[in-house]
Amino acid sequence: MKYAFPLAAVIALVLCALILVQIPGMQYLFGVVIPYLAMALFLGGFCYRVIHWGKSPVPFKIPTTCGQGYSLPWIKHDKLEAPVNAAQVVARMFLEIVFFRSLWRNTKATVYAGPKLTYESSKWLWLFGIMFHYSFLVIVIRHMRLFLDPVPGLVAFVEIGDSLLQIGAPAMYMTDVTIVLALLFLFARRLTNPQVRYISLMNDYFPLFLILGIVATGILMRFFLRADVDINAIKQLAVGLVTFSPTIVTEISPLFYAHLFLVCTLLAYFPFSKLMHMGGVFLSPTRNLANDSRMKRHINPWNPEIKPHSYASYEDEFREDMVEQGIPVEKELPSQG
Amino acid sequence: MYDSGKIIPGLIIFVLFITIPIWYNRGGAGTEPPKPVLPKDAKTCVLPAAEIRAEHMKLLNVWRDEVLRDGQRAAVTVDGKEYPKSLMLNCMKCHTSKKQFCDTCHTYASVRPYCWDCHLAPVE
Repeated sequence: MKYAFPLAAVIALVLCALILVQIPGMQYLFGVVIPYLAMALFLGGFCYRVIHWGKSPVPFKIPTTCGQGYSLPWIKHDKLEAPVNAAQVVARMFLEIVFFRSLWRNTKATVYAGPKLTYESSKWLWLFGIMFHYSFLVIVIRHMRLFLDPVPGLVAFVEIGDSLLQIGAPAMYMTDVTIVLALLFLFARRLTNPQVRYISLMNDYFPLFLILGIVATGILMRFFLRADVDINAIKQLAVGLVTFSPTIVTEISPLFYAHLFLVCTLLAYFPFSKLMHMGGVFLSPTRNLANDSRMKRHINPWNPEIKPHSYASYEDEFREDMVEQGIPVEKELPSQG
Repeated sequence: MYDSGKIIPGLIIFVLFITIPIWYNRGGAGTEPPKPVLPKDAKTCVLPAAEIRAEHMKLLNVWRDEVLRDGQRAAVTVDGKEYPKSLMLNCMKCHTSKKQFCDTCHTYASVRPYCWDCHLAPVE
């Protein structure tokens, strides 16, 4: 059920686009209005979420460390696992964001008869995770050929690199293959690994199916159902969208609108989902703080302001009452004339 | 807001990065959509216009494999008219100009077919 419902939702989205776009006038809704709304939701929602996180206080210094902290000079300090200054934190964050280093450290625990517990390095998740993310990045860069006119050299370069194998015509993209493989692995992992399956929710499956739907419609459009997929009309629409003068010049295949609608769904859904780890990875206190709690005092931002109150000033404040009650005081009341 | 000195610039960079297409295309409406020059005398192609537009690369790829890899050089007959399976001896007979026909759309959509890795492009 946890995966049946998201799958049904994605299929419903595709059918919705395929059928509704047949109605005259609806092309404008799916081609222009919805993309603008989705992009506004994406940018607005993204900024809202990041600022919301920025407003949340971090009461304690909580970097996750998994190596020797900075200590005496003859104890070797693990600079990446327990960073103590900004440069080391930046190095750690860089490796995390660019190379998914914490996934690289992933281990798998297995219990054998005995009982005997073993831990073993498990890099599959890292491999397919990084494969998915970089394939997606290359695909986004490639798509810029439809939004940028004239097409910049970098975009053309990425595209040439991606179709370097020169298999078939239109040339096969390597990232199309790798992203499908990676998505299928990430889905199969949630199904077959009992622990992961137990903690997987609908909002884990939905983005997988949604992105798989985007990839599938894209591959179908490029390689199989090419009828009416007029690339020039699509580019005119895309360039029109980013210059705020969108036009739909000809009848474009419903498959294109299904593809676009799924992308719009992804954009609109992005800020309100787990996909926000794109921004969240930069704002994780367990990653972006230095392990220097013994060197610098971390002030809890929600601490109330407590002014120091010495005994001398306490006595000044209550001296009369203290004398009246017969409590000894260090400094007597001034003598009455 | 905490650490606004880092978060706000980061957010601005993100928004500017996402909206690159807007900055890149700003002002001018970009280049005109392509208008390939169609042959004046020929009225028919090996496939109907819509199909050849969508499938020409597949057809050329199949022809290339048949002719060069399998040695099947027999001409294709469409409506009683014979067409040799050849880019230079068939397609380019009517669509004489690479620049005014092939390149118009290919440049616009950033498509780089590798036809001309082997074939010599006509001198224009």
